[in-house]
Amino acid sequence: MTTTTFTNVQNRLRASRIPPVYAILAVVFVVGILLDMVFGRGQMTSPTILANILVRSVALGIVAIGQTFVMIGASIDLSVAYTISVTAVMSSFLMQGDPARVPMTILAVFLIGAVIGLANGLVITKLRVNAFIATLGTGLILKGLLNASFSNFTGSVPASFQTFGYGQLGPIPISIIILVVVAIIGGLILARTKYGAHLYGVGGNTEVARLSGLRTDRVIITAHVICSMTAVLTGLFVVSRLRSGAPWVGPDGLYDLESIAAVVVGGTALSGGRGGVAGTIAGVIIFGVLDTLFNQLGVDTFLKQVLRGAIIILAVASYTIRSRREAA
Amino acid sequence: MPEQNSVSPPVARPQDAPEQEPILEVRNITKRFPGVLALNQVSVQFNPGEVHAVVGENGAGKSTLMKVMAGAYLPDSGDILLQGKKVSFAHPREAQLMGVSIIYQELNLLPERTVAQNIFLGREPSRLGVIDNHALEQKTRAVLQELDYSGEISPQAMLGTLPVADQQIVEIAKSIAFDSKVLIMDEPTAALSGNEVEILTRLIERLKARGMAIIFISHRLIEVFEIADQITVLKDGNLVGTTPADAVTPEDVIRMMVGRDLDHYFPPLATAEEIGEVVLKVEQASNDLVRDINLELQAGEIVGVAGLQGSGRTFLAQSLFGVQPFKTGSLAVNGKVALVKSPNHAIELGMGYVTEDRKAEGILPNQSVRDNILLAIRALHSLLTRTQRNGVAKNPNLVPTLADEVDVRAASYDQELQYLSGGNQQKVILAKWLATTTKVMIFDEPTRGIDVEAKASIHDMIRDLARQGAAVLMISSELPEIIGMSDRIIVMWDNTIVGELPANASEAEIMLLATGHQNGNSKNAEQTGAK
Repeated sequence: MTTTTFTNVQNRLRASRIPPVYAILAVVFVVGILLDMVFGRGQMTSPTILANILVRSVALGIVAIGQTFVMIGASIDLSVAYTISVTAVMSSFLMQGDPARVPMTILAVFLIGAVIGLANGLVITKLRVNAFIATLGTGLILKGLLNASFSNFTGSVPASFQTFGYGQLGPIPISIIILVVVAIIGGLILARTKYGAHLYGVGGNTEVARLSGLRTDRVIITAHVICSMTAVLTGLFVVSRLRSGAPWVGPDGLYDLESIAAVVVGGTALSGGRGGVAGTIAGVIIFGVLDTLFNQLGVDTFLKQVLRGAIIILAVASYTIRSRREAA
Repeated sequence: MPEQNSVSPPVARPQDAPEQEPILEVRNITKRFPGVLALNQVSVQFNPGEVHAVVGENGAGKSTLMKVMAGAYLPDSGDILLQGKKVSFAHPREAQLMGVSIIYQELNLLPERTVAQNIFLGREPSRLGVIDNHALEQKTRAVLQELDYSGEISPQAMLGTLPVADQQIVEIAKSIAFDSKVLIMDEPTAALSGNEVEILTRLIERLKARGMAIIFISHRLIEVFEIADQITVLKDGNLVGTTPADAVTPEDVIRMMVGRDLDHYFPPLATAEEIGEVVLKVEQASNDLVRDINLELQAGEIVGVAGLQGSGRTFLAQSLFGVQPFKTGSLAVNGKVALVKSPNHAIELGMGYVTEDRKAEGILPNQSVRDNILLAIRALHSLLTRTQRNGVAKNPNLVPTLADEVDVRAASYDQELQYLSGGNQQKVILAKWLATTTKVMIFDEPTRGIDVEAKASIHDMIRDLARQGAAVLMISSELPEIIGMSDRIIVMWDNTIVGELPANASEAEIMLLATGHQNGNSKNAEQTGAK
């Protein structure tokens, strides 16, 4: 049966420490190329298209890395979309097209992001509000504040800042370099540092972590601050591509739900305690491939969403089947 | 007032070395929870190089005392002295750093992390926040080696893939790595089988020789008397007494624990007249878990199921109850032939199942006593039936009636089940099934982790259930319980039934079958019912 061979491949991959999602990515990619050759324009393998897939993945990728952190900690962050909006709006508002104001603005938005993350973390750990609800609330508060102050695109970022979004370092887009750097840093923090080990501990079993002496509150708060900071970085990327920010750029891009989807497709469990950046990146790329494929094939946008949803469900179901087999 | 017994406190005997200063001492510890005085002015001394058992009924305060000593609870009053100096632990971590470690019954490990990561959680060797993986591995090997286990457990193994006994070794290794002077263990042998218990015992001896003070809670008096040097008995939060193990007998200890003699430890077996028609008949049933099951249960009888860990006893229960339905063969309850498809189906057919792991499968911890008792019987009614507070339309007073019948001790019926002791939780589970008037009742380790007095009352209830006409299947790892309770004994091995023995068979006969040696008869003993 397809599911059995599929999970077998996944298991073998797991043994070699490559996240199983890469099997899904390979399948999706191959099937995509074939479909494109038969039904589309056969351009899926061209370097331009491939680069396009990656660049499209940068915005989602950066925030998904932050989301990976909180989800490993068995938490979740639904406020990222509005954090991205806030960043975009405040960037263009503060910079007003003036290159001299760029450094101060960047400092300001990261500070705002840190405060948002801190607020999320404190509400979740000290007030003991469920993470889903707490971050949903934060997001809505941000939405309200934004809409009260700004109704449309406001201000702009200087052209020099737009190199973040459009610039190239030789043949490689700068945005991709930034994504790779963030991914590597994130991955190393999770895999190699004490903080990473503690995060897996707190997410895997908070009681065990607490009894082992870990400061569980601090670990979760830090994860949320990290997540909000990656959202800020994505916001900066988005505004650098759009030239200006508006309150709806975050929710419009579905960064909240899609970052969560990318993380779970990548193999991180909603219940926390396992997963990682490598898997998330694969998840993000899978969505990028699907997007591009559907564009090439001229698939209706709504059908795209249907297929997207189906893939998320199937991927997570196959992981659940695998872990149930392992437990049995 | 704590009931003092007549056993004198430990005195240094002439051949001993001068009495050592206790490494850990608790003085007049008092701890209250909402509605219950868990510990009342309890004072005990624990000496280095000694194994000290703490026994008592469920609810006596043993776990609470351990948690106070380990820093998981703050006492309301009283002192803790470590090597003579007063200490106060604000957090379990502080206790650990000072050398007091505790191992809970539910292992405090992370299944998705490696052995090394688990042992050093929170204390990873690192430089500037980055973990030194080489040092981590080396230290883990060193620690496992001290336990003579480096060859068998790999530091890189994912903890969740190890068997429970090995996981417990890892927990112990965690304490060694902490350089503990005091190791507290809560029911360490509850989930272990014979061979594993021996390994743990030898480990405890080694730790004792190193000068560690070992404190453990156990309900298995046989083990307590084998391993412990000192025994402390608690009752209702009070200290009854502390005595050297060789100065008392198990009967003395039981008397101290409950305040009366338990002369009929097991209720009498069924007489031939009390055994009636065949209620459950299973023929050549198999599935992925068990194979070739042939079984007949008659009304009024208790059939004990014996077997080693891994022989498939729980699988049998799960198959009969529809958790993992049989795929082939036939099953009939009261003549009605139907392979049980699901637990709901099983309940409709009149079956009940008291599971092995009450925490995971038996209780709804956040729900009240009331709701737990009504759980199964509500399942029999349609979703549209109006729920009643204390029962169902036909029997509105179910809850108080059953709660009294099983003698549940709780502050009120609204109390959340997680706050009851294990023994009382088990009684509530029993009440739940009594409500549905079952014809076939399956018990899986009904008295595991339960104190002596509750054990006796549960045994009485099981026998009463049989007398009322139910057919009872009782799985147990305690051979005295099997021999004491069963009218017939079936033995499992390798996921099938390998033999049947009459009542009062010897432990040796049971063990012979349980270890895979077949008797002269056919491997599947159940061809005809009555003996």
